[in-house]
Amino acid sequence: MIAPTVRDGTITPDRIDSAAELPIGYTDDQDGGHYRLVPTGTDEYFASSSPIDSWKRFLSPPEALLVRGRSSSTDLEVEPVVPDPVAFAFVGIRACDLAAIGLLDRVFLAPDAVDPTYATRRREVFVVAVGCVHPGATCFCASMGTGPIPRDGYDLALTELYDGDRHEFLVDVGSDRGAAVMADVSGRPAVAADDEAAAARAERAVAAMGRQLDPLDPPRAAANPEHVGWGDVAGRCLSCGNCTMVCPTCFCSATQDRTALLGDGVERWRVWDSCFTADFSSLHGNPVRATTESRYRQWLLHKLVTWHDQFGSSGCVGCGRCITSCPVGIDLTAEIRVLAES
Amino acid sequence: MSSMTDRLSSHPLFGSLGDDRIEAIAGCASDVECAAGEVLFRVDGNADEFFLVEHGRVAIELEDAAGPGLILGTAGAGEIVGVSWILPPYRWTFDARAVEATEAVRFDAACLRGKCDADPALGYALFTSLAGLVRDRLVAARLQMLDLYGRPGPDGRGAGGLGD
Amino acid sequence: MVPVACRVAAREEIAPGTVSLTVGDCARSVGVPAPGQFNMLWAPGVGEVPISLAGRDGDDVVHVIKAVGAVTRALCALQPGDALGLRGPFGTGWDLTAADGHDVLIIAGGLGLVPLRPLIGEIVAHRARFGSVGLIIGARSPSDLLFAEEFAVWGAAVDLEVTVDHAPTDWTGRVGVVTQLVDAVSVDHDDAATFICGPEVMMRFAAREVLERGTPADRIQVSMERNMHCGIGHCGRCQLGPVFLCREGPVVPWARIDASMKVRGR
Repeated sequence: MIAPTVRDGTITPDRIDSAAELPIGYTDDQDGGHYRLVPTGTDEYFASSSPIDSWKRFLSPPEALLVRGRSSSTDLEVEPVVPDPVAFAFVGIRACDLAAIGLLDRVFLAPDAVDPTYATRRREVFVVAVGCVHPGATCFCASMGTGPIPRDGYDLALTELYDGDRHEFLVDVGSDRGAAVMADVSGRPAVAADDEAAAARAERAVAAMGRQLDPLDPPRAAANPEHVGWGDVAGRCLSCGNCTMVCPTCFCSATQDRTALLGDGVERWRVWDSCFTADFSSLHGNPVRATTESRYRQWLLHKLVTWHDQFGSSGCVGCGRCITSCPVGIDLTAEIRVLAES
Repeated sequence: MSSMTDRLSSHPLFGSLGDDRIEAIAGCASDVECAAGEVLFRVDGNADEFFLVEHGRVAIELEDAAGPGLILGTAGAGEIVGVSWILPPYRWTFDARAVEATEAVRFDAACLRGKCDADPALGYALFTSLAGLVRDRLVAARLQMLDLYGRPGPDGRGAGGLGD
Repeated sequence: MVPVACRVAAREEIAPGTVSLTVGDCARSVGVPAPGQFNMLWAPGVGEVPISLAGRDGDDVVHVIKAVGAVTRALCALQPGDALGLRGPFGTGWDLTAADGHDVLIIAGGLGLVPLRPLIGEIVAHRARFGSVGLIIGARSPSDLLFAEEFAVWGAAVDLEVTVDHAPTDWTGRVGVVTQLVDAVSVDHDDAATFICGPEVMMRFAAREVLERGTPADRIQVSMERNMHCGIGHCGRCQLGPVFLCREGPVVPWARIDASMKVRGR
């Protein structure tokens, strides 16, 4: 069971064993390059916004063993690595992150290019989604059309209805598996007033979102590859790759050989990589994208523009993690606005 | 029209000049044949002629006392050998040698410069064409200078087609 | 996804630092790449690189590799009988149907001739299917010319022009860049299916030459080169604008990448 939980002064998805490990009584204060855990003084379970890290590490781990082999110069034995079956329950996942998994599905479950590790981990996931009623200052899922209320892809979707006196969960059953779980849960039938209360909270959440992204801006920015704004943002960008690590949809990787000390055993590992590294675009020892400017442009325009060509939608779900985790607080919603200006 | 004017008017360098002017420059042209290995001109010699190759091949080359010489470029059928006659000091900067039996039209440069002086419109048209030729050679020389096939890197196709 | 253990059946150094490996005797059957497609070749313990098909020898595949990095050095050092891993084939090949009944222009620079060689073989073998065929081959120097022993056969079937960038004085062929030779072969550019492979700078200049002569951008096919780790669109490294070159390429119409090629640091 994976759920948002308090770890190292943040709320992050991790393994929990009981509901007591949910971030009860905590929310977060997020902004460009800024994250603070803040007590709410209530006993709400899901008062926080995007967890600091995304859920992708559970489906596409930062390191995955692909191939194991034994080799000498004249012999090579290769054995495929069959990923261990895992059955996850994702509890408390928000609409933006659920949408992100939908995007990763298009990458790793493409009919002619299924990734065995991802497929094995994804197959059994039981999703208990939560409608997001406390979006943070870096959130803009409403702009990206992914939230704050999950629309599909869940077994159960909860809305936490809390007003001091009342603390209930409105449950939307999205699958037979979800219905089977609910058969063992006590409760009362929902009435129209419950739906209205949930809708009102969603409406407030949309209004409370701290950031916006105009969907017309990305194609405009793509038409301005020589805009001075690219150089300006590159002057601030450290090329550290944090944004790509925390992004719930960034999927790029490197594959590495790892050898045993005796030299006869060899493994091939896939590890997360970032388009902000020089090695990422290296051709015969020289990077094709030698400048931070070219790397930032690749990242931003892939995420917001060419993703549409490749996968039929934006690659951004509006979770705002890249803004929070950027050491210098670069905000893609602000950058794209500048870059879209003619 | 003589066969020389026919031949010149079919060449892009002269084709746009018009019959009268082609007739005029044909008066500066004569046929030459070179055996393989024959030298057309040498570095520092007076650039008082140039050639339009009709058959064969001429190499523009550089002698290197420290090692084997180097061919910098070649001119085959339809191509011009020699541009140093255009501007003072009218001196060759490289050697030209027929690498195979070659037939060419030889132009007397002094004669042609005289016609251009007498008819500035002819001079302008001819020099515009020659400027295009020089531009193309400059681009080619710069591409050669890049040594594209020799250097590994994003611009040097490296490992067999698709990157390492 | 998993490399198949294969062996080097034959090895020949065909130019300085450039090795032709014939790969076969695979632990299980592998698909044979079409002209323009590539395999991922694995030097166990070192790494894996994408290498285009250079030809076939019976059931074996021939790959030509130049030692420019750690992996290609390891592959070039393999001897007959040595083991290596192979995955593939990947990517799109040359679309030869675009050439059926039309003129053809092929421009190859340096190692760019390698992926074009099987295409040239197809054209020569079925010469009557095409109109005029021009083949322009460029290399650094006469000793760097690949497959020179095949030029006589190719030259008998198509209009072949060979040039080198630099030559000693005993060379009697052309010296100059391939872009200067576009007019040296007679093809109808309005109509010609054009295939270009070489260093990116050379492909850009060559594409410009044929575009200026009226060839539509969607009639020009180029084989692009980028970093690749997976071959199936997962590692993200080979993106050129919207194109995953490992899946949609390496062969793409110029029209597909024209806009991206205008961007610096693309």
